[in-house]
Amino acid sequence: MGNLRGKLLPPALAIVFSMLLCGVALVISGANPFSAFGAMVTQVGKGSTLVDIINSTGIYYIAALAVAIGFQMNLFNIGVEGQYRVAAVVAAVVGGSIALPPGIHTLVIIVVGALAGAAWAAIPAILKVTRGVNEVISTIMMNGLAIGLSAYLIRRDVFGELRGNNIRTPEIPESGWMPGISFGGGGTMFGFLFVAIALGVGYWIMMNRTRFGFELRASGESATAASAGGVNAKKMILVSMLLSGAIAGLIGLPEMLGRDHTFSLNFTAGIGFSGIAIALLGRNHPGGIAFGALLWAFLDKSGLALDNVGVPREIVTIMQGSIVLSVVVAYEVVRRVELAAEQRRVGRELGTVGGAA
Amino acid sequence: MRRRMRGVAVAAIALTSVMTMAACAKDSGGGSNTSNNGSGAACEYATPPTAPATSNTSAAAGDKVDGSALKVGLAYDIGGRGDASFNDSAAAGLDKAITDMGIKKENTRELSAAPNEDEAAKQTRLRQLASEGFNPIIGVGFAYAESMKLVAAEFPNVKFGLVDSAVDGATNVTPLLFAEQEGSFLAGVIAAYQSKKCHVGFVGGVEIPLIQKFEAGYFQGAKAAAPKIEIEKKYITPAGDFTGFQDAPKGQEAAKGQIDKGADVIYQAAGASGKGIFSAAKQAGVLAIGVDSDQYNQATVADTKDVIVSSMLKRVDVAVYDYIRAVAKNDLASLPKVFDLKVNGVGYATSGGKIDAKLQGILEGYKAQIIEGKITVKDKP
Repeated sequence: MGNLRGKLLPPALAIVFSMLLCGVALVISGANPFSAFGAMVTQVGKGSTLVDIINSTGIYYIAALAVAIGFQMNLFNIGVEGQYRVAAVVAAVVGGSIALPPGIHTLVIIVVGALAGAAWAAIPAILKVTRGVNEVISTIMMNGLAIGLSAYLIRRDVFGELRGNNIRTPEIPESGWMPGISFGGGGTMFGFLFVAIALGVGYWIMMNRTRFGFELRASGESATAASAGGVNAKKMILVSMLLSGAIAGLIGLPEMLGRDHTFSLNFTAGIGFSGIAIALLGRNHPGGIAFGALLWAFLDKSGLALDNVGVPREIVTIMQGSIVLSVVVAYEVVRRVELAAEQRRVGRELGTVGGAA
Repeated sequence: MRRRMRGVAVAAIALTSVMTMAACAKDSGGGSNTSNNGSGAACEYATPPTAPATSNTSAAAGDKVDGSALKVGLAYDIGGRGDASFNDSAAAGLDKAITDMGIKKENTRELSAAPNEDEAAKQTRLRQLASEGFNPIIGVGFAYAESMKLVAAEFPNVKFGLVDSAVDGATNVTPLLFAEQEGSFLAGVIAAYQSKKCHVGFVGGVEIPLIQKFEAGYFQGAKAAAPKIEIEKKYITPAGDFTGFQDAPKGQEAAKGQIDKGADVIYQAAGASGKGIFSAAKQAGVLAIGVDSDQYNQATVADTKDVIVSSMLKRVDVAVYDYIRAVAKNDLASLPKVFDLKVNGVGYATSGGKIDAKLQGILEGYKAQIIEGKITVKDKP
């Protein structure tokens, strides 16, 4: 059972710790932490907040999966942010300019998004495999390029069209939409959530039941040992980066296919960075990531209530940041405590108790 | 395992620094400051139009309107109250309505958008206001267009006002639109006459159509006043990255680049990033033109106010005030379709005394020509 405790205790500790930290910050800034946390909890039941949280969870889940595939292999794909932006704008342009029967149209948009995400991720992957360029640096730079590229693609003289003071790609016809589950005033749940769940299941199977997943994890644990065991390291880097990019390419689609039907200036940014935090929080485990995504979405959406009670909403950002930091610290602490306990146990069994602990 | 832990720690640290980067650094102004009076010698000016005999006065006076029954909600764009610019202008309109119309302070609520938020967050913000009985609700910024379309349909009895955008098909949404290019034209004229080297600059926050209207008017105005003028142009971030409206250090860099190239009057349309542009102007001893609010009188940029020659006024405050007033009188039809030069919806500020009588005469001349339609100001670069 120690194993399960080792897995669950750190995040729980981290959340408690960050709540305490934020509570202190709130008290210092002159607000009542209980009314602030209370407002966040009651916000869940208001309007469409619950559905918004679920929708957001699905989006964060996809983002964190994309990051986690890289993490499994010790690859830091910081570029998820740029990959999903480029994929979304390409998918929106393609989706808005073709006419296909319903279903097929949606499928084409999804495939285009995944391919575009993979293509954008292929550049740092190839740079790493052929020239040894560190993927952290190259993907961060690709993020900057992605903003520039998407800004160019939605220019009025390229693919964009002016709508009021906003610019956007031509609207995707209804045949390309993905229907959701409507709760009337409670909002509409994105149909893409089922794709997110399928991705989670697929990720688990790939990691635990396939040779590729085994090789991926082996390369992550020890690249030298894996290559001694006959794993082609370069191929693994390339494939995992492309997979990561392809999944990243889907991040923008729940909103686009389920609500916005276009890529405009209001396109939601920053999900890729949140995905990194959530993957860390969930320890790359499909279940853990789901929990992390839910927590993140809850903080995001119910944090909107804070302005209403006069508490700066930035407190949520502090909480998210401190959760990630304290999770990392907590895992390390628990690992050392368990190591020490293990040493003591072994020591006791060998009858040499009393030595150094 | 060790390697992995270290990697995780590195990623965590990187992530935290990304998050903290959102918190802005505050620049301290300093260095020399020189003030510039009169017209420059290097520029060859076109013959300015003569000022009209009559100046049109604003029709702000009128009967007293009682708004004490109103609960007014404001949803700001990124930056919120305190950006010294666009949002603060809306806030000023609300403040004036509170004092003039007897609206109770506790019956108002102001919420603000976060950068990079999704549509759902905007919808929730508007829905919160509507479901708590706020009526009218004013969305400050075109970013609310899509969410307001949806929420306005859910609350057909609530009146919505939307700054900078129209919403087609929603009868309970009143668009509050501006002719930013007309005011920016005059800013261009001011820049041309204030420049010593006949070289001016424009710094935009984010390269979006709305800010391009400022750019287009400014360029046209500067060229109309001095056909051979050199104009620098820089946007802090490309379309889609809205951090350009609240990144003072980047604004400072952009302005510094233009000053290094020789520009000595910088017009900024960059929201809260404008603070950095003023700092850069102050450090280099050149001049700047503010935007939206009368920035010379803004407390948040008071330490750099001596470089602010003028501000292009986009009277969001007037629009917000007039809108609340029209709601209180139940007379929404009285609002102008576009807040332009004619209705003093845009204009220029003379606070600080750097616009002398001669320049003011020239500006009034151009203004009259625009109002009469003799000059058509482009709204696209």
